[in-house]
Amino acid sequence: MTMLQISNLHATVADKPILKGLSLMINAGEVHAIMGPNGAGKSTLGYTLGGRPGYEVTDGSVTFAGQDLLALEPHERAAAGLFLGFQYPVEIPGVSFVQFLRESLNAQRKSRGEKPLSGGEFLKLAREKAALLRMDIEMLKRPVNLGFSGGEKKRAEMVQMGILDPKLAILDETDSGLDIDALRIVGEGINAVMRKPDKAVLLITHYQRLLDYVKPDFVHVLAGGRIVRTGGPELALELEERGYEAVAA
Amino acid sequence: MMVRDGPSTSSAPPHHERRKEESVCPEGRLRSREAASRRRVSKDIPTRRDEDFRYADLAALAPLWPVEPERFVLEAEEEAGLAIIHTGADPVVREIELDLAAGAKFALHLLNAGSAYGRFVIKAQLGAGAEFHLGAAQLGSAGQVLEVVSEVTHAAPDAISRQVVRSVAGGKATVNYLGKVLVKPGADGTDGEQSVRSMLLTRTATANNRPELEIHADDVKCAHGCAVGELDANALFYMAQRGLPPEEAKKLMLQAFVAEAFVGAADGDALLEQATAALEAIL
Ligand SMILES: Nc1ncnc2c1ncn2[C@@H]1O[C@H](COP(=O)(O)OP(=O)(O)OP(=O)(O)O)[C@@H](O)[C@H]1O
Ligand SMILES: [Mg+2]
Repeated sequence: MTMLQISNLHATVADKPILKGLSLMINAGEVHAIMGPNGAGKSTLGYTLGGRPGYEVTDGSVTFAGQDLLALEPHERAAAGLFLGFQYPVEIPGVSFVQFLRESLNAQRKSRGEKPLSGGEFLKLAREKAALLRMDIEMLKRPVNLGFSGGEKKRAEMVQMGILDPKLAILDETDSGLDIDALRIVGEGINAVMRKPDKAVLLITHYQRLLDYVKPDFVHVLAGGRIVRTGGPELALELEERGYEAVAA
Repeated sequence: MMVRDGPSTSSAPPHHERRKEESVCPEGRLRSREAASRRRVSKDIPTRRDEDFRYADLAALAPLWPVEPERFVLEAEEEAGLAIIHTGADPVVREIELDLAAGAKFALHLLNAGSAYGRFVIKAQLGAGAEFHLGAAQLGSAGQVLEVVSEVTHAAPDAISRQVVRSVAGGKATVNYLGKVLVKPGADGTDGEQSVRSMLLTRTATANNRPELEIHADDVKCAHGCAVGELDANALFYMAQRGLPPEEAKKLMLQAFVAEAFVGAADGDALLEQATAALEAIL
């Protein structure tokens, strides 16, 4: 089943064309990795799919789980099952993770016609997912990402993914900033939450190391706002060895 | 003690309620004096040339003028607090005068969120080692003017004053803070702080913040911070990406913003609850 179908996507940021005819298809049950040089448009792809204000689609289409993704508001895209793990998670002073996530999850559930979780039910779920990522639940009582280290923020992103249980997770450099043990824990966490027949993952990464834990079915090279090459897991190794210029030229 | 303004607002002295569980407000010893006898305000309606009325809604002010100050006198080492929640539909203009003797402590918390003009003037005179805390939140989203005008006088050494004002303005609302901290000669060791932040929700809303310091003493620690901003767009997108609709996301962020004014308030929960209801009306 097709989970995500991106066709000829063009997008601008501040009137500057960044995505220039990007096409990509992801089926349920698959893990895809996107690699590419700095400034290629990888984060832009994630933000555009998430519906971030300021990222304007000028051409092309995106279908997600049978719906026209681009017609939905950002929060509706989330409720439809799209999760974006941020390259730079945002700090929100004064708002606790627990409150924020419970309200977010319940808003999603409401839009799907499901019953809201009570405070107790939510905490049980949060505790379970935090444990999966070896994160102390106490950290989720703190304001969102405030004072978290770079690695803690990335781990918290994965806890959120576990709690929200999306269909498709686009993880933007979730591996950067993680220490060696955390990398393994996060990798295993991604597998535990997302390696399922009805889910899919798009990993944006610069390095092979995360792919050692989360084995991709496909690896793409994004350069100049388009997918310029697609291959199997071996492509990542080749890129690591020879660099983008040699491989994607 | 908690003072609630109903729709028929007034400048009557606040009603004092005794509370058992609270040590903050021993109202038995707190006197509210009839102010009429010592009125020194001019009967002339102020104009824009009066610095304290520069951004006032003079048309709404006129029928309420002159304003009789409500006066609180605390004796040495006395402690008291006052919470004012104004969410009514009528204009309100109040003036609170505080006279704190040596070592006295007073905490004033204010929610200024009525749908018409709301002006709260606070004048505090601090004796040696006295402590004054003002935590005020103003929430407006129509065309109303909401303002806090404060004048805190450190008249003797080592007094502490802390003012935290958080204002949210949407629609064509105007939120003002005109606050002066005056440190008199001899009031050495003064510690005064003004933290003033405003959040504008629309391009047509206005915030005027004027924290002012006038220092005539030595070894004085006075800090003021003042900022006007908008809700963080990155945070709003982050929250939306987790599934939170925009109004809910804004509400969470504004709740947190406003809560900064009520930190440590004896009636913090009630204040926050009312503030949240007012926020919901705005969004
Ligand atoms: N607000 C903006 N105004 C102008 N240009 C922008 C803006 N935001 C992003 N860009 C540009 O868009 C291009 C793509 O950026 P993007 O963040 O998508 O790259 P990336 O592939 O994720 O890079 P990295 O590997 O460094 O994370 C860059 O050249 C960047 O400078
Ligand atoms: Mg990037």
